[in-house]
Amino acid sequence: MKPAPFRYADPRSLAEALEVLATEEGAKVLAGGQSLLPLLSMRLAAPATLVDINRVPGLDRIEATGDGVRVGALVRHVRLLEDVVAARVQPLLARATANVAHPAIRNRGTTVGSIAHADPSGEMTSVLALTGGSVEVATPAGVATVGWEDLFVGPLETSLHGPAVVTAASFPALPDRSGTAFAEIARRKGDYAVCGAGVVVTLDADRRVERVRAAYVSVGLVPAVHDLTDAVAGQPVEKADWAAAGALARTLVDPDGDLHASADYRRLLVGVLTERTLARAAAEAAERTGA
Amino acid sequence: MTTKLFGEPVRRREDARLITGRGRYLDDIGSDALAAAFVRSPHAHARVVDVDVDAALDVEGLVAVYTYEDLPGPLAEPLPVLIPHPQLHAPRTGYPLANGEVNHVGEPVVMVVATDRYVAEDAAERIVVTYEELPVVVGVDAAREAVHAVHADVPDNVAARHHQETGDADAALAASPHTLSFTQYIERSACMPMEGKGVHARWDAGDRSLRVHTSTQASTSVRAAIAAKLQLSLDQVEVVAPDVGGGFGVKIVHPWPEELLVPMAAIALGREVKWAEDRREHFISSAHERQQRQEITVGYDDDGRVTALDVHVWHDNGAYTPYGIIVPIVTATQLVGPYVIPVYRVIVESVYTNTVIVTPYRGAGRPQGCFAMERTMDRIADALGLDRAVVRERNLIRPEQFPYDHRLTFQDGRPVIYDSGDYPGLLDKLRALVGWESAEELRADAEARGKLLGVGMALYVEGTGPGPYEGGHVQVLGSGKVLVSTGLTSQGQGHETVFAQIVASELGVPIEDVEVTTGDTRRFGYAVGTFASRAAVMSGNAVALAARGVREKALRIAADVLEADPGDLEIDEGVVSVRGTPGAAIPLRTVAVLSNPLRYAFDEAAKQATQFARSASDDKPPVAPGDAPGLEHRDYYSPIRSTFASGAHAAVVEIDPATWEIDVVKYAVVHDCGNVVNPMIVEGQVHGGVAQGVGGALYERMAYDADGQLQNASFMDFLMPYASEVPDVVIDHQETPSPLNPLGIKGAGEAGVIPGTAAIASAIEDATGRRIAAMPISPTQLYDLVRDGSSETTAAWRRRTGVDA
Ligand SMILES: Cc1cc2nc3c(=O)[nH]c(=O)nc-3n(C[C@H](O)[C@H](O)[C@H](O)COP(=O)(O)OP(=O)(O)OC[C@H]3O[C@@H](n4cnc5c(N)ncnc54)[C@H](O)[C@@H]3O)c2cc1C
Repeated sequence: MKPAPFRYADPRSLAEALEVLATEEGAKVLAGGQSLLPLLSMRLAAPATLVDINRVPGLDRIEATGDGVRVGALVRHVRLLEDVVAARVQPLLARATANVAHPAIRNRGTTVGSIAHADPSGEMTSVLALTGGSVEVATPAGVATVGWEDLFVGPLETSLHGPAVVTAASFPALPDRSGTAFAEIARRKGDYAVCGAGVVVTLDADRRVERVRAAYVSVGLVPAVHDLTDAVAGQPVEKADWAAAGALARTLVDPDGDLHASADYRRLLVGVLTERTLARAAAEAAERTGA
Repeated sequence: MTTKLFGEPVRRREDARLITGRGRYLDDIGSDALAAAFVRSPHAHARVVDVDVDAALDVEGLVAVYTYEDLPGPLAEPLPVLIPHPQLHAPRTGYPLANGEVNHVGEPVVMVVATDRYVAEDAAERIVVTYEELPVVVGVDAAREAVHAVHADVPDNVAARHHQETGDADAALAASPHTLSFTQYIERSACMPMEGKGVHARWDAGDRSLRVHTSTQASTSVRAAIAAKLQLSLDQVEVVAPDVGGGFGVKIVHPWPEELLVPMAAIALGREVKWAEDRREHFISSAHERQQRQEITVGYDDDGRVTALDVHVWHDNGAYTPYGIIVPIVTATQLVGPYVIPVYRVIVESVYTNTVIVTPYRGAGRPQGCFAMERTMDRIADALGLDRAVVRERNLIRPEQFPYDHRLTFQDGRPVIYDSGDYPGLLDKLRALVGWESAEELRADAEARGKLLGVGMALYVEGTGPGPYEGGHVQVLGSGKVLVSTGLTSQGQGHETVFAQIVASELGVPIEDVEVTTGDTRRFGYAVGTFASRAAVMSGNAVALAARGVREKALRIAADVLEADPGDLEIDEGVVSVRGTPGAAIPLRTVAVLSNPLRYAFDEAAKQATQFARSASDDKPPVAPGDAPGLEHRDYYSPIRSTFASGAHAAVVEIDPATWEIDVVKYAVVHDCGNVVNPMIVEGQVHGGVAQGVGGALYERMAYDADGQLQNASFMDFLMPYASEVPDVVIDHQETPSPLNPLGIKGAGEAGVIPGTAAIASAIEDATGRRIAAMPISPTQLYDLVRDGSSETTAAWRRRTGVDA
């Protein structure tokens, strides 16, 4: 359980980082190391060079505005979890981050790193999708914005190729008259979810359900956003049939089975968690809509 | 007496050192040592056709590569069958490095030694082994069907057929008013100590001596094994168990291949060599336990009293049987628990599979036995519509029946005769502790919150402290320091504290003056090892006897000096004094100085013992015939048979009927280990045991696929409960002293884990009304069970819900 030999670079600027990534074959970015280092130790990955971006200045900021929250590449999970301004703009961020691993891992692991890692069992990939977010990608050619739909290609696989550093992830603000909730079931507290669900409920001015979207964790190969509006469209928020939305969700997902849960069990949980989270999100939406 | 510490909750003296990083574990030793790494079989069953090491040879830093062909003398023979038994008719063991065939994933094939572990792994990765795959046998059922054989010369895969019976079971069953039969399964888990195994060896070519540090539970026997296999004289070999980060049974097995190969390389290379097991190695090349298929038929009367019990177990022993049939015997004999079983027949067929070997893991066959017996009690209660506690109560051995002879033979070759106990007392305490009588109110309350609640209980009797013996040595130094040593090893249980308490109490010295050493063959050469909840019973009594010997000698010498009768003397706080005569006293440290007549004085204290300092009788030698210099004594404790501890556990579970998550909301333990040396340590042992019991019931499972690949060989997927998954444990004690040993104690190390699976299965069954016949169980499995229309329901549930079967 010792990594194969690798070269280690710790650039002091983004340009330097990109240069190393461009010139050294098989170079890989190292952020919090919480996913990459176990892969190295088990020799499931053996990059020739690690480009440690931890000393690159300017990547450690959380910027929350009325439009959304921009999270820099070196922001650790714990900081996003504790950022009250960000939580006000987009409550899903803290709610989901609370379910990422354990404190020791949240202290080191980065939110952007977990998105770049593209693990369908990670919470933040689904949150990026559900909020309609995007990432900023720096390459030697410049900085580009990549929407979540274009980012996730497969499990542990993104569309990024060649020398690239994800410098930030942006999560749009929670829309008006909307509420969110996040819940997950894990075998043990802090484990990767057996199934997780994040939802956003938007009401119309008459407090009727206008729009319902959900995204799941550990369900499917890449994050997906499911529109559940049809099950409850136009229903008054107090009387909406969230169970019907849960039932609809069950028909939309295509989970896999593994050691910890059969595909059927995951489907069951999709229904239960959808119903439970929608009720909470709807209450929040109602509160934010006013009488 | 101020120094009476026996029975007090003395804080663990080892903790400050261990939890502030000052422990000295195996991998803390030999920072400059060469490192060993292994090429291990990726196949569960294969012939080794070719080993090509060429590509490894140009790795810079490589020092040596060993394959089977390189093993000299007895090292090329199979590893020992440690505990032979006449019913183990087809024992098989592996070789230190594979000799032409591998029988499980993880079996060592090549050892690489290099300048450090990174380089050793780089080199190991380049070694190409060509295998010819053979058919794989995984699981007891496949082994039993024997379509394929693990060992070609054991075509039925049966290593042993262990059989005991106490009467004519067929006749007794035929004569029983009722009988019922069922089959159930229990799965594999494993010890999982925080620290894996590890070995460090240093050869001193000058004086031709070998010092081996190994993370073991049995240093004296490792020493003997190394001497035998490396053809060294015993006096050339020292084995030390340093601080050991947990064992739970896996480190009692020895010699592990690495315990022989690392010293072999150290001698051959003339360099220090070390191997520290990593977690993946621990999963695939150490040991597991617990998989059994149990077929049970029980006869009983209208009151639920057992009339006959017939049990047929298929026990998965993995690829080899180095530890004999200890686990099968323990299951067979401890199964009967606290109950009167008029006629009992048990057959345990121990079968080979192409998986990691099975050797004792805390509980060592008892959790399976308890699962069989306690679930039988639950079934009888269900069939008769009786309370589960009532059925148990009617079958319990009564206090006046002790000593109680089960007419069985235990793992130590001695009869299963329970020495003492009060089982109805345990049950009464348990009912009160868990609130058994108010279960229906709890159920209604949970139902109002949308939860299914169930309660379950399980009782056990645990044979602890088996022989043959342990020894203790106690020595008082002229400084007043009291050195205690015993040969058995410690893995964090608190031996330093407990043995110090015993010696301080026996001797009448402050506990701060007592220093305890365990598991170091330089200090104590005769020992058996730490297993079967035996350390307190065996070494505890041995050091007590040794302390008594020291006390007797101290009183004799002090009586001489104080011109008093030894019977009038007492020792307290390290001072010997004449009872009732103030001022007539002498410190024990001075007695120690005087115990060793000296010619040379090297300090002030020593002056007192020199030849011109004391007036001594001219016609007696300074050291009397039969006496010895020094205030020290060595003694041994060898029990007539094991002493039997007991206990009763109850679990209350709540299940979410939407997600089928299982939450143990309350866990109650009543525990009887005889006289308690340190209640805090006993409770700690119980807590840890319960955590492992919950793990075994709800989380842990070695998931082998049909190819014999372990699917969850890491802590990512092998789920041990975190603190967040372990329920609060409420404990009540009962103390029924053992009449068998001087201190009246019984073992407590394994107890906590034994009834967990049985009690939790019972509680889940009670909550859901579905028969739970396989453990562990996870939410996804419970979901499958409840939605499967053909699942068996309990009569109790049908009565409660008005549902017809
Ligand atoms: C025991 C344990 C439990 C965990 N549980 C969870 C959990 O429940 N939920 C969860 O979501 N995660 C969990 N994680 C993973 C954790 O969240 C990681 O922090 C996260 O997945 C990766 O972030 P990191 O900063 O550590 O990235 P690293 O490990 O450093 O990198 C991960 C991958 O992303 C790439 N990468 C990282 N940053 C960038 C960047 N800025 N630009 C381009 N590429 C980049 C790396 O090259 C690498 O391929 C767990 C980890 C452990 C060890």
